[in-house]
Amino acid sequence: MLDEDVLQQTLTRALRDGGDFAEIFVERRSSSSAQLDDGKIEELVSGHASGAGVRVVRGETTGYAHTADLTGEGLRNAAEAAAAAARGNGGGAQVIALTRRHVERTHEVTDAPETTPKARKLEVLARADDAARARGDSIRQVRAAYADGRRRILVANSEGLLAEDDQVRTRFSVQCVAVGDTGMQTGTEAPGRSVGFELFDEIDPEEVARIAADRALTMLSARPAPSGKLPVVLRRGAGAVLFHEACGHGLEADLVGRDASVFRGQVGEQVASPLVTLVDDGRYAREWGTFAIDDEGAPAQRNVLIEDGVLTDYMWDHLRARKEGRPSSGNGRRETYEHLPMVRMTNTFLLSGEGDPDDLIASTPHGLYCTALGGGQVNTATGDFVFGVTEAYLIEDGKVTEPVRAAQLIGNGPETLRLVDAVANDFDTWAGTCGKEGQGVPVSSGQPTLRVAELTVGGTAG
Amino acid sequence: MADLLGLVVDLAERAAPGEELEAYASHTRETDVKVFDGEVESLTVAERAGVGVRVVIEGRQGFAWAATLEPEIIDAALADARDNARFATPDEWHGLVTAEEARSNDAVTLDLWSEELARTTTDAKVAFALELEAATRAADPRVRGVEYASYGDGLTELAVASSHGVQAASQRTTAGCVVIAMAGEDAQTQTGYGLSAGRAFSDLDPAKAAADAATRSTRLLGATQPPSRRLPVVFDPLVTASLLGVLGAALSGEAIVKGRSIFVGREGESVAAPCVTLQDDPTNADAHGATMHDAEGVASRRNDLIVEGVLRGFLHNTYTGRRSNTGTNGAAVRSFASTPGCGARAISLSPGTRSPEDLMTGLEEALYVQSVSGLHSGTNPVSGDFSVGAEGLMVRDGAFAEPVREVTIASTLPRILLDIAEVGTDLEWLPGSAAGLTVLVSEMTMSGA
Repeated sequence: MLDEDVLQQTLTRALRDGGDFAEIFVERRSSSSAQLDDGKIEELVSGHASGAGVRVVRGETTGYAHTADLTGEGLRNAAEAAAAAARGNGGGAQVIALTRRHVERTHEVTDAPETTPKARKLEVLARADDAARARGDSIRQVRAAYADGRRRILVANSEGLLAEDDQVRTRFSVQCVAVGDTGMQTGTEAPGRSVGFELFDEIDPEEVARIAADRALTMLSARPAPSGKLPVVLRRGAGAVLFHEACGHGLEADLVGRDASVFRGQVGEQVASPLVTLVDDGRYAREWGTFAIDDEGAPAQRNVLIEDGVLTDYMWDHLRARKEGRPSSGNGRRETYEHLPMVRMTNTFLLSGEGDPDDLIASTPHGLYCTALGGGQVNTATGDFVFGVTEAYLIEDGKVTEPVRAAQLIGNGPETLRLVDAVANDFDTWAGTCGKEGQGVPVSSGQPTLRVAELTVGGTAG
Repeated sequence: MADLLGLVVDLAERAAPGEELEAYASHTRETDVKVFDGEVESLTVAERAGVGVRVVIEGRQGFAWAATLEPEIIDAALADARDNARFATPDEWHGLVTAEEARSNDAVTLDLWSEELARTTTDAKVAFALELEAATRAADPRVRGVEYASYGDGLTELAVASSHGVQAASQRTTAGCVVIAMAGEDAQTQTGYGLSAGRAFSDLDPAKAAADAATRSTRLLGATQPPSRRLPVVFDPLVTASLLGVLGAALSGEAIVKGRSIFVGREGESVAAPCVTLQDDPTNADAHGATMHDAEGVASRRNDLIVEGVLRGFLHNTYTGRRSNTGTNGAAVRSFASTPGCGARAISLSPGTRSPEDLMTGLEEALYVQSVSGLHSGTNPVSGDFSVGAEGLMVRDGAFAEPVREVTIASTLPRILLDIAEVGTDLEWLPGSAAGLTVLVSEMTMSGA
């Protein structure tokens, strides 16, 4: 993407006045999206962005500057600004000659977004619209959206690293509004993968539309959700964000380092039920949070965070790992070149157990069965987290019965991990956008059907 | 700085016969300082700029953006936008605002630029952030650490022009700081934040932000999960501001014309208690979201949304205004990377007559909600479902009592509006698009143990 001499010169300029580490991150992004709403192809949007960020670390301080000007002069200015901003006490590191690092891709993209005709992207929207409306007259609004993005990145640093990646993602979403005697309800389904248009070889737009429409229709007959503590069964894929919030964030080394995590100092300790094995796997082929290298040039890898309930490791970025004299775990990510990297999750999975999902429900006399969720949020310093359930049913006498309206679940991370008392042998994933300090990055969560012995359900029914 | 208005006017003049063309550009200079443990953790200095190009040809709309002001890339965006328009479904309401529609009789001139902030040195900003962190640590011996302390500012220029002769340009500055204090040890940890915002560097009050963060974290120490029950709820001003954000989205013309709002078809009806009057007024220079014109170049104005409980209006851009037969009321919002949506920039409840302390006097038992979590996943502006995580303090006999955590509060958005019993006098403009005020809701369900 850029001449190696220019990269080397930029790094040298960045460290001219001292510093321990310098890095340049170059990014070229293009995206296209289309939306069919209200029965009309409403909007096609194309976008392009490119730029670079230069980071200089001196002692405890990081200076950062970014620019959309990728000329030698633009990069030199950014290097000077970053060097001026890094004002800690730090040594005089030298720039080591750049060596290209090759990282094997987990999969190849076959139908690149820029070579896929716009008409094909619009056709899947029309199919989804038809399929959703076919679920009945109660479906009053359908919004189908297609979005793809290609992001080429290059990372070079003063330790001699030079690495590049080409990341493609495609997402398809359908939101339906159903209207009935009880008012209006919504249903959404939004699968995404790190692939091009071949996404539609594995997902069927009609099926996505049907799921979204039926979810909205089901909620029309839902009664108020219960209020108070209940056993909660999470269907495969539908509850993984619980673990993303309950412990994922708390295992990010930057938060641990700031003493802002309840999991600080607990490596080697039993922090969860023995049924819990949690991994963060940036190399799970085709998944939404997958990449070859992270935004600091480290190869993505599969990291075991909790094994049979025992905390094995945190997730690391370059800066935090460097301080501890250990390698990065490939979790240094940033939203764009305009942002500093920090520790982020990729694809965070709770691994499958041995039980049968139907038996798991049958052995639950009374509880809540969650089959779709919204997002969540956690305060890592206290461990308290929430997540929104958008489709759920009561379990009565071991059987799934009536639907209940959307509600928030609330719990405490360490307590909830200990309360996982059944894990089935199925598995599914869910694509989402994780926000941290104002930066959003694509992540996936995955989990088998499982049960938490007790969570607080935030409904209105006594 | 770049001549943004010249750039967008030149671009708009390239409209082909039969084509409507609009260009919107922004340019921002930003500084962001984060400190940790008495040292600067990071200092970011940056400039960002971009252009969005929208064309409408025979009712078909196309859009493209570029995160640069470079001529060749802007040319490519224009070509992309034209190509994208070929694929859109014709829509009679699409089209750009005319110069006549964009003008308003009560257009105001606002000075939203602080030359003092533009001249403030980076050293002064770094010193400010370090002082903010130190002040927070010193505020209370029970504050054991500061999870996050930051200073940030932005100097923004905007310009929009169209082939219909609309031309608007403006500039504004914003500065703000946020701090999160951690109080107590280990399992007893509680957090609380403080913030301050303004247009000028001297508008910021780091001592208040530090004191707020310390108070809000320490007063939660010893919090427990209370049993579930129904009870009156008092919203902290920051919580009210978040809730107004949700209401603003439900009152946007886009949600209305597409049937995605609890307010569809309810204009003229009582949708809230009589003490509720809600407006969006971006002409109020005190509001952080104040602007002289909206994102389509239409003069800003005050829009009454709910007056004494009765639903009176929505927030429209040109498209939704035409589709609703009302015309735009200057509420288009966007970044250069999106087509204009519509929404609030300076939304506020009208203050009541009693202070927060007096408002709580008569309460035998209530929940004071200091902060909420899961607002996005827990509120649905279409169904009205409302269920969010909360922490705060019990109110007993009119005074703060024991702290509580790990609860949810639930109701529905329509019910909450009708159950608002009183609005406080403590109006405060917060960063973003809403004002905070203490609000008493007569009943919600609290779920806990």
